[in-house]
Amino acid sequence: MRQITLGKAVNEAIAEEMRRDDRVFLMGEDVAEAGTPFKITAGLVEEFGTGRVIDTPISEPGFVGMGVGAAMTGTRPIVDLMFGDFLFLVMDQLCNQAAKTHYMSGGKLTVPMVLRTNLGATRRSAAQHSQSLHALVAHIPGLKVALPSSAYEAKGLLKTAIRDDNPVVIFEDKLMYNDKAEVPEEEYLIPFGEAAVLRKGRDITLVGTSSMVQVCLKAADLLEKQGISAEVIDPRTIVPLDEATIVESAKKTSRAIVVDEGHQSYGVSAEIAARIAEKAFYHLDAPVLRFGAMDVPVPFSPALEDLTVPTPEKVAEAAAKICRGELVHAA
Amino acid sequence: MAEAKHNSDDYLRMYRQMVRIRAFEDQANQLYLSAKMPGLTHMYSGQEAVAVGICEALTPQDHITSTHRGHGHCVAKGADFKAMFCELLGKEEGYCRGKGGSMHIADQSNGNLGANAIVGGSMGIATGAALSHKMLGDGQVTVCFFGDGATAQGLWYEVMNMAALWGLPVIYACENNGYSEYTKTEEIAAGSMTARAEAFGIEAHSIDGQDVLAVNKLSAELVARCRKGEGPFFIELKTYRYHGHHVGDINRDYYRSKDEEAEWKTTRDPITGFGKWLQSEGIVSADDLVAINDAVKQDAEAAVQYALDAAYPDGSEVDMHVYAGTRHALSA
Ligand SMILES: Cc1ncc(C[n+]2csc(CCOP(=O)(O)OP(=O)(O)O)c2C)c(N)n1
Ligand SMILES: [Mg+2]
Repeated sequence: MRQITLGKAVNEAIAEEMRRDDRVFLMGEDVAEAGTPFKITAGLVEEFGTGRVIDTPISEPGFVGMGVGAAMTGTRPIVDLMFGDFLFLVMDQLCNQAAKTHYMSGGKLTVPMVLRTNLGATRRSAAQHSQSLHALVAHIPGLKVALPSSAYEAKGLLKTAIRDDNPVVIFEDKLMYNDKAEVPEEEYLIPFGEAAVLRKGRDITLVGTSSMVQVCLKAADLLEKQGISAEVIDPRTIVPLDEATIVESAKKTSRAIVVDEGHQSYGVSAEIAARIAEKAFYHLDAPVLRFGAMDVPVPFSPALEDLTVPTPEKVAEAAAKICRGELVHAA
Repeated sequence: MAEAKHNSDDYLRMYRQMVRIRAFEDQANQLYLSAKMPGLTHMYSGQEAVAVGICEALTPQDHITSTHRGHGHCVAKGADFKAMFCELLGKEEGYCRGKGGSMHIADQSNGNLGANAIVGGSMGIATGAALSHKMLGDGQVTVCFFGDGATAQGLWYEVMNMAALWGLPVIYACENNGYSEYTKTEEIAAGSMTARAEAFGIEAHSIDGQDVLAVNKLSAELVARCRKGEGPFFIELKTYRYHGHHVGDINRDYYRSKDEEAEWKTTRDPITGFGKWLQSEGIVSADDLVAINDAVKQDAEAAVQYALDAAYPDGSEVDMHVYAGTRHALSA
């Protein structure tokens, strides 16, 4: 099968959906001729014109709010938020307006809007361009949250997001834009709320989101060398969450570690770990562990930044310990 | 009174709509005072000529966004008393099945995209609706209602900039009632209101918001020009709220004098003023007006009784409408 980059997969998803449905349009800072700083949307304005690929001023609350209003009135905007860190600027429009409109109107109004943004540290971008803030929006009922972990998922999930009648926030890992994966030529969608079991195993379940899926897969390789068989699960969407697949896996392996790049405290890893603890408790042989980003602002210096993110080595070390019955505490 | 070209049916409908808003608010106030309404509400009384003058210039398909003080906009855009009172009381037959209440009342069937409890929160939504309509090429216009206090929100400046850049069919209607909560407008707004819009090259008007004909005449012109692609526009409407900031704001001498309130009510009331004009033009008699007022009051009373007797939503609705396409969010 052909291999394409995650960036190209996103571009294809947008182009295909814009060809399929005239109501779909794209707006954000430098999305047209510039194709975004990551060059993800390059070429779209040439095909669809400036009427449907709209460069906005640097007004995040303004254009996200406009996305909400447009979505309520017959069009289907894909709003590009250049960095996930800018979510803090748009919280009112996203969380007070978009998320609640369907509910507050008793189901009469809908907001079919996609907010495309990113997450991920170790790009040496410092504290305001490196955060993984998906827990913030996953906390708000009414929003759906997708976390693709590969080019294949990025395309299939984004196409599903565009067709969904709810506001969806999709986070791409900005360090993965050039990572290639097999992506079929023919059209496909990835349904929300269906986790992927990327590797089967017996001894421990590793749940990873976004680029942490790679961390989990590498950890599984390391564990295999020690004779430990790890199952790796990628939820793909955290709202809705495929709890059943995760809980069943944990019941089977009797151990679980959850790895997510959001800050470890009060985060997505905690939520998933809590659900495993609640629903698989009597099957567990070890406490469920969490790995998240260290609870510090993301530092600039590579010597410091690299200390803040989960690594395959750390995950494998903790996994090996709990498989041996040693008590450990999460990093 | 400024003149607008209408036949007497149009005039009477405008009069009746203003009376309906006043009657609705009088009933809502009573519901609060008699502890029959959950929560608080913000009365629109005194500002009727703004909502009616503008909404009478719109079609049912044209969109509006409304505010925390939104009952007037909702009525003026064509809403039904029963569904409105049911919403205020949290009943199943309310416009939002009781999930929104006074501050979120929305009436999609008449183009009302909803009230908003975030001051200035709907400015993006209105401007986005205008962007939609421009893209769809359907000629529809969106009116964004907001108060003088909301002009202090940065969002407005962001979306005005984009509306002006892209020539969007949106009218920003600022109801300047002289106060934001318990603070006089001059204490929170530097410079002039119209200059704010003019800075973006947006044509701006400032008019008497108590004169329904003047409001309607200007609105009709601007709506027609929006449909031709000449938008956006800004209107400042000078008006006054008769009640406190909300129904519980009773002792308000510390920020607003009784004399000032009496002055507006006795000399600048939009309904009395228009009623007098209708009589002087020979369109109606004093008795006709009394008959309209009485009929509307009866309607409102009947709707209140209907809403008081109506059922609350079943508890099973609590996790419905969280996600479109998912019947119950919490039971997969
Ligand atoms: C973002 C935000 N800040 C503060 C409030 C509290 N609040 C509700 S109404 C109001 C005053 C609004 O004044 P104005 O826009 O002039 O509208 P008016 O009440 O006069 O109709 C305030 C401060 C709020 N609801 N939202
Ligand atoms: Mg005010």
